[in-house]
Amino acid sequence: MNETKKRLDVIGMPRRRVDARSKVTGQLRFADDLALPRMLHAKLLRSPHPHAIVEAVDAEKARQHPSVKLVLTGQDFPVPFGIMPVSVDEYPLARERVRYVGDPVAAVIAVDEQAAVEALALIEVRYQVLRPVSGPQDGLEHPEPRIHDYGEQGNIHRNQAYEFGDVDEALRNADFVAEDLFFYEGNTHLPMEQQASLAFLDQDGKLQISSSTQNPHYLHRQLARVLQVPESRIRVIATPNGGGFGGKCDPGGHEFVVCKAALVLGRPVKIGLTREEVFYVHRGRHPVLLKMKTGVTKEGKLTGMHLQTLLDGGGYGSHGPASTFYTGVLTPVTYHYPRFKFEACRVFTNKPACGPKRGHGTPQPRFGQEVQLDKIAERLGMDPLELRLKNLTKAGDLTASWLRVGSTGLEDCLRKVGEMSSWKAQHGKLEKGRGVGLACSTYMSGAGVAIYWNKMPHSGVQVLLDRSGTVVVYCGATEIGQGSDDVLAAIVAETLGVDTGSVRVVSGDTGITPVDLGSYSSRVTIMAGNAAVQAAERLRASLAAAVCETLGTLPDRVVFSQGKVFAADNAGAGMSFVEAVTMAEAQLGTLSAVGSYSPPKPPGRYKGAGVGPSPAYSFSACVVEAEVDERTGWIHVPKIWIAHDIGRALNPVLARGQVIGGVYMGLSEAMMEEQSFRRLPEKLSGALVHRAPSMLDYKSLTALDMPEVEVALIEDPDPNCPYGAKEVGQGPLLPVMPALANAIFDAVGVRVDEIPVTPDKVLRALEAKAAGKAARVGPESYPSVPYPEPIFVLPPWEGGDGNESRKGGEKRAAAAMV
Amino acid sequence: MAAIPERVHLTMQVNGEAAPVSSAPYKTLLEVLREDLGLTGTKHGCELGECGACTVLVDGQPVLSCLALALECGGRAIETIEGVQRGPDLHPLQAAFADCGGSQCGYCTPGVIMTAKALLARNPAPTRDQIREATAGNLCRCTGYQQITEAIESAATMLRGERP
Amino acid sequence: MLRLPWFEYRAPSTLAEAVKILAGEGPQAMLVAGGTDLLPNMKRRHQSPKVLVSLKGIAELRKLNGGYGAGLTLAEVVAHAATPSALRQAAAQVATAQIRNMGTLGGNLCLDTRCTYYNQTEEWRKAIDYCLKKDGSVCWVATASKRCVAVSSTDTAPALITLDAKVKLVGPAGEREIPVEALYQNDGIDYLSRKPDEVLSAVVIPSGWRSTYWKLRRRGSFDFPLLGVAAALKMDGDVVTDARIALGAVASRPFRVDKAGHFLKGKRLTDEVIAEAATLVANRAKPMDNTDMDLYWRKEVADDFAGYALKELRGDDMRAVRIRTARYLPG
Repeated sequence: MNETKKRLDVIGMPRRRVDARSKVTGQLRFADDLALPRMLHAKLLRSPHPHAIVEAVDAEKARQHPSVKLVLTGQDFPVPFGIMPVSVDEYPLARERVRYVGDPVAAVIAVDEQAAVEALALIEVRYQVLRPVSGPQDGLEHPEPRIHDYGEQGNIHRNQAYEFGDVDEALRNADFVAEDLFFYEGNTHLPMEQQASLAFLDQDGKLQISSSTQNPHYLHRQLARVLQVPESRIRVIATPNGGGFGGKCDPGGHEFVVCKAALVLGRPVKIGLTREEVFYVHRGRHPVLLKMKTGVTKEGKLTGMHLQTLLDGGGYGSHGPASTFYTGVLTPVTYHYPRFKFEACRVFTNKPACGPKRGHGTPQPRFGQEVQLDKIAERLGMDPLELRLKNLTKAGDLTASWLRVGSTGLEDCLRKVGEMSSWKAQHGKLEKGRGVGLACSTYMSGAGVAIYWNKMPHSGVQVLLDRSGTVVVYCGATEIGQGSDDVLAAIVAETLGVDTGSVRVVSGDTGITPVDLGSYSSRVTIMAGNAAVQAAERLRASLAAAVCETLGTLPDRVVFSQGKVFAADNAGAGMSFVEAVTMAEAQLGTLSAVGSYSPPKPPGRYKGAGVGPSPAYSFSACVVEAEVDERTGWIHVPKIWIAHDIGRALNPVLARGQVIGGVYMGLSEAMMEEQSFRRLPEKLSGALVHRAPSMLDYKSLTALDMPEVEVALIEDPDPNCPYGAKEVGQGPLLPVMPALANAIFDAVGVRVDEIPVTPDKVLRALEAKAAGKAARVGPESYPSVPYPEPIFVLPPWEGGDGNESRKGGEKRAAAAMV
Repeated sequence: MAAIPERVHLTMQVNGEAAPVSSAPYKTLLEVLREDLGLTGTKHGCELGECGACTVLVDGQPVLSCLALALECGGRAIETIEGVQRGPDLHPLQAAFADCGGSQCGYCTPGVIMTAKALLARNPAPTRDQIREATAGNLCRCTGYQQITEAIESAATMLRGERP
Repeated sequence: MLRLPWFEYRAPSTLAEAVKILAGEGPQAMLVAGGTDLLPNMKRRHQSPKVLVSLKGIAELRKLNGGYGAGLTLAEVVAHAATPSALRQAAAQVATAQIRNMGTLGGNLCLDTRCTYYNQTEEWRKAIDYCLKKDGSVCWVATASKRCVAVSSTDTAPALITLDAKVKLVGPAGEREIPVEALYQNDGIDYLSRKPDEVLSAVVIPSGWRSTYWKLRRRGSFDFPLLGVAAALKMDGDVVTDARIALGAVASRPFRVDKAGHFLKGKRLTDEVIAEAATLVANRAKPMDNTDMDLYWRKEVADDFAGYALKELRGDDMRAVRIRTARYLPG
């Protein structure tokens, strides 16, 4: 940072985002808004069976349809794809096997969509139906038939265990052990925009695709792999996404289909998925069953946690290996657990693949953790807020699992949200039927490791400048509504001392922008942002060097602010930014600079230590108020308060919007969102279908159902982050679900250990309570899961070095030495 | 029985101008606006009347263009997001959505703005509850609705201020 | 994009002409008014009529004298000053503002019955080998059932039943008038007594009832009813002289609960009387697992909703409950 510039002109100011005008005028072109002359339309034929062998596809009649130009089947795609190198298990069109109702089998490309739909009906597929696996327990009980011929064993996709210090001992030495079972139902992203893609061959004969993808870079690599086209002959343009939330991270079968068709036909080919198809693409929240044991002292200190999770993965790997890790790894970031053990198992089932949804894998254990803490506070007779304050991690701490907690504002968040909600005056003190609940959370500002292993930067930015005074920022990051273009514009504008009106952002285009890994994992602000700072600072240094003599000062005494360039001690004189650029261009030639960013090396060195580390974690604390009707169980949420540790809000309007939007999505899934399935009676049918693949039946909150949200942004700039800004896109969603469940307990004294929390469950718990039974609804048992022997790592404070400590004897001995 | 015609011809008034269209008879207003008139500002999220993204004004009333037969729109006054702007300037609603964070991904935005425009035409000073009620037929997945409500409130104030 | 199938479009300008087209085309023709029910169904291939007969151009259907023209939009019904409470509340809670601007009173009365196994796309229904209501042989809600149990989801019908309203049906043989209740049959497939060549032209509503409508649904908009309770009373001082209560969304037809009506006659609306009447109402609610939310819960709360309705008619301030449950305040 330039030491002579103290005041911020752009950063931190409430400001109209750079892409706002195009959005409010309808000018912004989403993927489905694109059209080209001679464009053809594609539709996919999808499997009606949850699990079957594809014996034959007869597309002759469809090919003879007068409007049909091409029919593609699995035979046209011999190479599989997969977002993660460890689970490349999917074909654009099924070759030998279909694994869920909706799995694409064939594609028709026709002159219009209506004709394509007609022709789909002419394709005959012969299936040999196999027994479907309807859930993880079913998958554990029925290792055959296997859904995939890879994976740990039977239908287990991933199975892993980690132990950081002797957890049995930690639980034994506790004054009591809280043991709970929780279930978190799956749900989906439901972006307003349905995925669409348009592919064609450009004037040089190269393949170009415009697509609603969050990750053009990963899509680019997978296209090259699957289509066997050199990467240099492909260009992927991520169109602005009409909402992503993780649902547009994986490459989709439809994207390969339109590219292949464009390559074969030499004509533009477009596809727009229907809403139902978006539910089948899914990659959303995994349904997770959790078992959580936590040791506690009489004083309310946590001694350790043993967490077990069981994930319903759906039919494909997707991001599953990462999701499996995330059902555990971030659990010890908010509170200090001296020891931590975590076992996780992901099972393949015959349903659309689960993957990353906002919060990726962490809302499920966070829900359990925060509800369990509420129960612990209740048992200790302690204020839940005080219990949390007692156990917080501190800035700079390492967790038992070797994650580095950088800056943390969680204590400030807790105190602030307590104050805003009048917590002390309300909790436990409201009349029957009304209650407040508290919960905290954390999230990564970008994953520390790329999805495929490489030593290259995670993000690159190029800034170009010319005598017009126009600043152009090129970056591969994708605008999915979160405001990444605005972040880039603001950072570059601030650094160069201009306003965002002088900055044009070109993003998400693998043909012209430097590589950025994509808009996922809340990584753009910090990673692309840091790269942008570096590029802009390099340019600023060039400009300063070029003008300092004229300004009669040293290069590091040149100030760039509000379109002016001047000497720090002579603000009255100086020149305009355009004059400075002109002078520099004359001296140095064409002006451009690049910047890049790689996250710091994580402290953990054991196998698997790459999942969970982040350059910075955001923190949130949330209070939900709930009113519960004791006769019906009906739940009404009148108000939510949330404090979010953001480091610094680059644009407070957007930051607040991200917070409220996260709270909304959290409340919506807490109360009603369910990606659930129907298994029809086995004797009559083999069907296993999505219960409600529509906007009407998949319930999400409307404007009338959404309470007012009061937001506090806790700002303490993080040194690892551009202008101190940490993530805000995912964190604020996470505490809402447990805070609601805790509020319901405060209101009527019953526990719903399950998401969503619905009136029927509340009423069932109330009835159980009235009958003198446990005042609880939730899972009753945890199946026997063949978790492997854990990888044992000593926590930092027990003499560990971040490596696996291989021998059990060594583990005991080392633990005994401390 | 009469054969189904390949195309039908009709003329709608779109954003104040006559728009002659020749399209397949099965097309909805949504399809004709987007595909035949190139007015892609009107979005679609379900095509079944379950999300509100395709809201346009027909004779001043917000309706779902995905459930309106195009061939019933001949002679009707259709207003889409493309017609809201005032020359080079944003309409106060558009400006307020831009300034208050009422638009994040922007996909539901055109539909919400059309709904809000009709609301403010009949009620220049709506309460927050009235705004929520009027916009409850427009799903949004980004904003949590709060900044949409604030934007409409702010635009209403601006519009009232503009009145002579 | 989901699209409509091909169809031939006819737009008669008189009722007589419409009836003639229906008679001529037979079952391959279907009526369309607002289109908010039929067009989604056509897009999902529940119905693929060869001929669509639009009622939009028939001025007679938009009249508002002596009765409510069936072609009035739900928004117009809500806006009309003389609309009785139950009907206004029911119409105001249908779907969304946009749909109320398009959908008509007649359309809501003739609304196709709904079921989670039926209101799905052609592809989805193929994956369950279809169902009794359309193209299949099993009712997946009740596999032993010979009858389709799809649920009547009209909000306005229970309201009109309590108001003792009648509908006019115009056919080739002329016009007939039947009680709204008689328009319905408890069969998810053949749910209307309207003959295929008849047009529902108007609704006639007698005055003099104090009425209300309570709707159970998950969200404040969009959703079809999971339970509709309509109640209408005539009072002499604080004594009930006549009472009509109807239920919607708990069978394949909306229906009147005579027992509860008879029970209330001659009584004062004490808490005990309301509770007993509410129990009588709830006993008739037989929800099935064919719509949103847990069916046992829906059954359990039926008496609460019946109680809300009667308490409101008694004069209790029920606004807070309305806001919490329905997110709706009668204007």
